[in-house]
Amino acid sequence: MSVVVANLVGLALIGLIVWYFWLSKPQGSLAGVGAGGTQEAFILVKGGYSPDTIRVEAGKPVKLVFNRQEADPCSEKVVFDAFGVSADLPEGENVPIEFTPSEPGEYEFACQMGMLRGKIVVS
Amino acid sequence: MRDPVCGMTVGPGAATVDGYPEHGFCSEHCHQAFMADPGMYLEKDTVPGHRENATQESALRVATATKIDSIQLSVQGMTCASCVRTVESALGRVLGVVDARVNLAAEEATVDLDRAVAADDLMAAVSSAGYSARPVVDDSDGDAEQEGRHRLYRSLLRKFWFAAVVSLPVIYFSYPQIFPGVPEMGSTALNLIWGGMALVTLAVMVYSGSQFFTGAWAAFKHRSANMYTLIALGISAAWLYSTVALVFPGFFPEERLRDVFFDVTAVVTALVVLGSALEIRARARTSEALKKLIGLQAKTARVIRDGSEVEIPVEVVAVDDIVVVRPGEKIPVDGILVSGGSAVDESMVTGEPIPTEKTEGDTVIGATINKTGSFRFRATRVGRDTMLAQIIQMVRDAQGSKAPIQRTVDKVAGYFVPAVMIVGILTFMAWFTFGPAPALVYAVITAVTVLVIACPCALGLATPTSLMVGIGKGAENGILIKSGDALETAHRVDTVVLDKTGTITKGEPALTDLVVFNAFDENRVLAFAASAESGSEHPLGEAIVAGARARSLELVEAADFDAVPGHGIEAKIDDRHVVLGNLKFMADRGVPAGAAEETLERLADEGKTAMVVGIDGVLAGVIAVADTVKEDSVAAIRRLHDLGLEVVMITGDNQRTAEAIAREVGVDRVLAEVLPEDKATQVKLLQAEGKTVAMVGDGINDAPALAQADVGMAMGTGTDVAMESGDVTLVKGSLTGIATAIELSKATIRNVHQNLVGAFAYNTLGIPIAAGVLYPFFGILLSPLLAGAAMAFSSVTVVSNANRLRRWRPSTQKGANT
Repeated sequence: MSVVVANLVGLALIGLIVWYFWLSKPQGSLAGVGAGGTQEAFILVKGGYSPDTIRVEAGKPVKLVFNRQEADPCSEKVVFDAFGVSADLPEGENVPIEFTPSEPGEYEFACQMGMLRGKIVVS
Repeated sequence: MRDPVCGMTVGPGAATVDGYPEHGFCSEHCHQAFMADPGMYLEKDTVPGHRENATQESALRVATATKIDSIQLSVQGMTCASCVRTVESALGRVLGVVDARVNLAAEEATVDLDRAVAADDLMAAVSSAGYSARPVVDDSDGDAEQEGRHRLYRSLLRKFWFAAVVSLPVIYFSYPQIFPGVPEMGSTALNLIWGGMALVTLAVMVYSGSQFFTGAWAAFKHRSANMYTLIALGISAAWLYSTVALVFPGFFPEERLRDVFFDVTAVVTALVVLGSALEIRARARTSEALKKLIGLQAKTARVIRDGSEVEIPVEVVAVDDIVVVRPGEKIPVDGILVSGGSAVDESMVTGEPIPTEKTEGDTVIGATINKTGSFRFRATRVGRDTMLAQIIQMVRDAQGSKAPIQRTVDKVAGYFVPAVMIVGILTFMAWFTFGPAPALVYAVITAVTVLVIACPCALGLATPTSLMVGIGKGAENGILIKSGDALETAHRVDTVVLDKTGTITKGEPALTDLVVFNAFDENRVLAFAASAESGSEHPLGEAIVAGARARSLELVEAADFDAVPGHGIEAKIDDRHVVLGNLKFMADRGVPAGAAEETLERLADEGKTAMVVGIDGVLAGVIAVADTVKEDSVAAIRRLHDLGLEVVMITGDNQRTAEAIAREVGVDRVLAEVLPEDKATQVKLLQAEGKTVAMVGDGINDAPALAQADVGMAMGTGTDVAMESGDVTLVKGSLTGIATAIELSKATIRNVHQNLVGAFAYNTLGIPIAAGVLYPFFGILLSPLLAGAAMAFSSVTVVSNANRLRRWRPSTQKGANT
């Protein structure tokens, strides 16, 4: 009896893991539009990127301001592989990253080890 | 009472100034600033709302002006919060300033500019307001970052010691069956001790393991999981099971289920924390090369201002400043030597160990060291434009780029941690269902071991750390690699295409041969020919003149100079009639030159341009001029052959000239008579043969071919366009850099592979063993304590292996090669 229960609970947990980490897609936040039509978003770096999904429009300049609030060296660099941009994030400092996405699509950004991830959804 | 300088309301006790009884000052600084220029502050103070207007105005300016640059100033002397406004408005009044923001806590001002503004002007504005300022040196990879790491390291060590000290008694009392003197299983005494252990290990989790839980939670909120998630789950599962078994023994009917695993919690926490601390220390070393580059920058410069030498911070040196450098000093910025001369050690930038002689008109590079003489130079590139600053930026960007191999790893990494959690659950289910009694204990322990042994960090660290070290190592050897892509591709290169002119050869003609006829004296013939050519601006003529000068021959003024395009020249030297040109020209001028024909043929075969010299109607000699091969080209091409590469030369020259050079330097294949616009096509053709091509060039016309090649290598001595299109820049401008770059790429990629294979093997072997796959066959079950140790040191091993690359040397400097 307890074996059956344990296995059912186990399977349910596995299902939960698969759904939570892989299947569910959070909505993400829309970048605000600042002066001069630049799409701006502020991203807090602490154990992850908050927000980690930023929606922007193609063809307009994007400015993302990163602020790293931890000493953990894992997050000390942020890399936008698709745009060939990277930046060091000194603790507590605002670091702006600017680029203009031309093609709609999803572009990942991540720490150097690829452990922390976020993405830009260009529409 | 109001402070007219900063606008602050001050008490009646504040300092006042004679003649202005209605004003008080919040601090000595405001007082002094007011005294320096009372008019400036009074006007503002008497116009209420001025401040608001100013703000609106500057907001408008922000909207209309575009910021093109910004400068960071470090401002000293700000005592009150209101000083901020004073400094901001002082900066705002400088022409070209769009916006100025002061951070009092950091004592820094950020000034946005819409045009180039000299740092001097900004500093003057700040000092006129009663404060002092100097530009902030760019050291974002420097002290603050290092301090942050160090703080983290120290805090991790403290956490480790606490966990370690707790671990010892916890281990001792966890095994009453093994250690003597421990109260019996089930006794009240032991239960009390275990209760204490539950509390201290909770303290270990809360204090020493806090980052596991905060890290896991932060990741969880982002729907991701990392190493922290696994460790947090592992140690808390062990602790929870033990505590439940202890506090509610009724839950477990069998007595042998009432075991505790507080030792797992304490020991795994201690080991993983220690591993993190060691990893941080090792990782700091991976960026050492970059720090070394940043440290090369000179701090001060001695420049001529108003006719006298003054020492100023290097950040305020402006273009066109005349800079004075004495022997043994560091050259502060890039420039062109205007007087004096010296030997300069440029090894830190070019990797070239032998000092370079510099005379008037030569360029000097900032951060290199002046050895012997004194000289003055005119600054041409300062601040962020200097070669060193650009190299630093390039290295930083490259270290932040990804190698293609890492993109694959990243994909795996995204699934890794949740997959490990699933394996953990499956392990639990399997042991609980099929395992021996007590099944629950086995199930918990194996699941915890799986969670603890998996090491996503080793996977994640494998590529970037090696890349950091490899790219840094390249910069130390004068090889700037633009991206991880380039570094990875370079190791697969099997064909190197070399542009001839300026790459294999010096790119300018020089005197190579002198053959005399009719018993003429060599030097005399050369002196006559050079004298005749001294008025000529033709590069071949210049080569002959330079050749004569090199032999210290005296040249004489030529009279009645005449040039016949395509044929030759004639002139009167010391009353003798000198003709210089081709055979047809000799025939026209009545010089019998048939005897020279054979020599001319031979020289042409060697790819040289030969001319006949006739003096007073007699054949005197044959002079040959050719673009000469750089001193180290032959050795460099041999090194490429040693690496097993095919070397191809590409040139616009005719087949004969090209083949002559090819024979001299030993290339395998010659592509001659290639028009500049066809170079890229030739590269494409080679690629179509299935070759991975590295193209090496220096000119604008090489740019498309550099871009087309799998790896484009630009000579640092060449044009900026070439360097832009290249993936690799050879700062020294010598072909030996190619082999060094490829060797470095091979060494780095080998290191990456070692790391990746190690990390993959570790995880793919470790996880199943932890899950107990060996148990049914051999009865082997991994202790979670061992799993914790293995996990903690696997990532340290990866980083240490990457650090081995720091000992790498090019094969020309054989030594401790890895």
